[in-house]
Amino acid sequence: MDNNKNWIDQRFPLTKVWNEHLAEYYTPRNFNFWYFFGSLAILVLVIQILTGIFLTMHFKPEAALAFASVEYIMRDVDWGWLIRYIHSTGASAFFVVIYLHMYRGLLYGSYKAPRELIWILGMVLYIALMAEAFMGYVLPWGQMSYWGAKVIINLFGSFPIVGEIILEFILGDYAVGDPVLNRFFSLHVIALPLILVILVFLHIVALHTVGSNNPDGVEIKKNKDANGIPKDGIPFHPYYSVKDIMGVVVFLMIFTSIVFFAPALGGYFLEAPNFVEANPLKTPDHIAPLWYLTPFYSVLRAIPPMFGSQLPGVLAMFAALLILIALPWLDRSKVKSIRYRSWPYKVALSIFVITFIVLGWLGMQAVTPLYSLMAQIFTALYFAFFILMPWFTSIGETKPVPERTTEH
Amino acid sequence: MKTFLTTFSTIAAILISFNVNAAGAGVHLESANTDITDEASLQRGAKSFMNNCSGCHSIELMRYNRIAKDLNIDDADMAKNLMFNAEKTGSTIFSSMPEKGAKEWFGTTPPDLSLTARARGTDWIYTYLKGFYADDTRPYGVNNHVLVNASMPDALWQSKQDKTVQEFNREVRDITNFLDYVAEPVKLIRYEIGAKVLGFLFILFILSYLLKKEYWKDVKYGKWRAKD
Repeated sequence: MDNNKNWIDQRFPLTKVWNEHLAEYYTPRNFNFWYFFGSLAILVLVIQILTGIFLTMHFKPEAALAFASVEYIMRDVDWGWLIRYIHSTGASAFFVVIYLHMYRGLLYGSYKAPRELIWILGMVLYIALMAEAFMGYVLPWGQMSYWGAKVIINLFGSFPIVGEIILEFILGDYAVGDPVLNRFFSLHVIALPLILVILVFLHIVALHTVGSNNPDGVEIKKNKDANGIPKDGIPFHPYYSVKDIMGVVVFLMIFTSIVFFAPALGGYFLEAPNFVEANPLKTPDHIAPLWYLTPFYSVLRAIPPMFGSQLPGVLAMFAALLILIALPWLDRSKVKSIRYRSWPYKVALSIFVITFIVLGWLGMQAVTPLYSLMAQIFTALYFAFFILMPWFTSIGETKPVPERTTEH
Repeated sequence: MKTFLTTFSTIAAILISFNVNAAGAGVHLESANTDITDEASLQRGAKSFMNNCSGCHSIELMRYNRIAKDLNIDDADMAKNLMFNAEKTGSTIFSSMPEKGAKEWFGTTPPDLSLTARARGTDWIYTYLKGFYADDTRPYGVNNHVLVNASMPDALWQSKQDKTVQEFNREVRDITNFLDYVAEPVKLIRYEIGAKVLGFLFILFILSYLLKKEYWKDVKYGKWRAKD
């Protein structure tokens, strides 16, 4: 065994990588519930890639065949229904996990120095994931696939002068049709998954360079023993690997409950109108993207057209997404963790969470005057969280941060 | 843990208040109250569908032999009594109506019903089938409460005359149940498989919990020390 190890180690840094990233990678000992979601996100990514490989074997990326080929997978392919339900549930599960993962960052200030780059890479990952999910949703070629694609792609047409050119470039045609389906298939199965995998790799490399934050927001590397090992650190493997396995099993219990007992989850994971094949001549009563995109869809709809152009709404939507990247520099607080923050941040974060959920809910509803007004108010609140952040993170009294993690 | 509980209770409260507000508008739909595990009902539904609906409506995502297998109908019986439009039991279920004729007779092609139960819901189908009423202004003398100005005649009219209200409701429920099955054939098996998978995961959870606990004893009692 040792001989084998040497043989490989002389040619490839296997033991070195194993030690640096697992067996001797020191992780704060005080991780709580919120720290399961990073490893779960990787799990879901793997699930999506594996099920995606098998779906790709049977799916036909052609407007005339796509819808029926999905139903062929559901009916005639052995276990095809299970693979498809895992993949469709996996898409939503990915966002559930990612939103909780991002919220963890907000709770414990994980984006603050020296972890700005981890946050930025994470945000780029999030945006890539949204593109991946959106394109995947177009593939079954149901009514919502088609009309959702139409609405989102047309946004790019709202840019002045170049809008038409961009639109034609994306569509490969003058309307949503076969070329869009075909190129979205390509992007969904090759381009974006590759980007996602590379970004995940970079995200983890950046994380392992600075080390994990923790619920106390204490830098464990500041307190090392004689051997240079953080006193509040424990090796990732075996301690967190066995803990994450437990998290994985709990996650799978919830995940499989949805897959087997409610794969459409009352229309949240699979929308009922998407069981009708795409029909360019029949606009559905109400077009709504899937739940994970609706907060931004709400922002888009909240801004009224100006000078006969949708552009302001489109810009607001992109701004809502991109402003998250600036978070590390907007937050002026001296402390990281919510445990020691001043009360204004706690209030602001609570309002932000409510705002995000309400915007998400509004994005699923048909527009009414009341809902439009609500969307405008909550859009203002959404941006206020970021614009006012330098102010509310610098006022109020913070609690003293302990030298060591609270559980040691 | 405290932050976690506060966050989740807030989110739960918001979601609950949404559900109260989200009560639907539109036509009131009766509850179909179908039971996909009721095989006799599915068999009656299949028979009723083939006799009353399949003349005009296809369920082209479904195959005859799949129905025979899933609903425990003998292949020969299927071919003899329920296959009116096809030769082979492996073929998908098309309607016998020519498209051109359909346009002439009804002004539209009768839609394929393979996924109607998923697109519209079983309550919709049940209420729709029961929702026909006499209306002389319409070409076939009937209109529908659920789908106003539907081009479809009341295909179950004869049944409604011959049967008691209870019997008729049962027939409509059987057809609805059958269409629910047709929209997602694996619904017959996925609950059972799901229960087994969850049982397996539950045992795995206990093992993974014990494993974690065993390892974390070191951390808890300070036994873990860095290697020299």
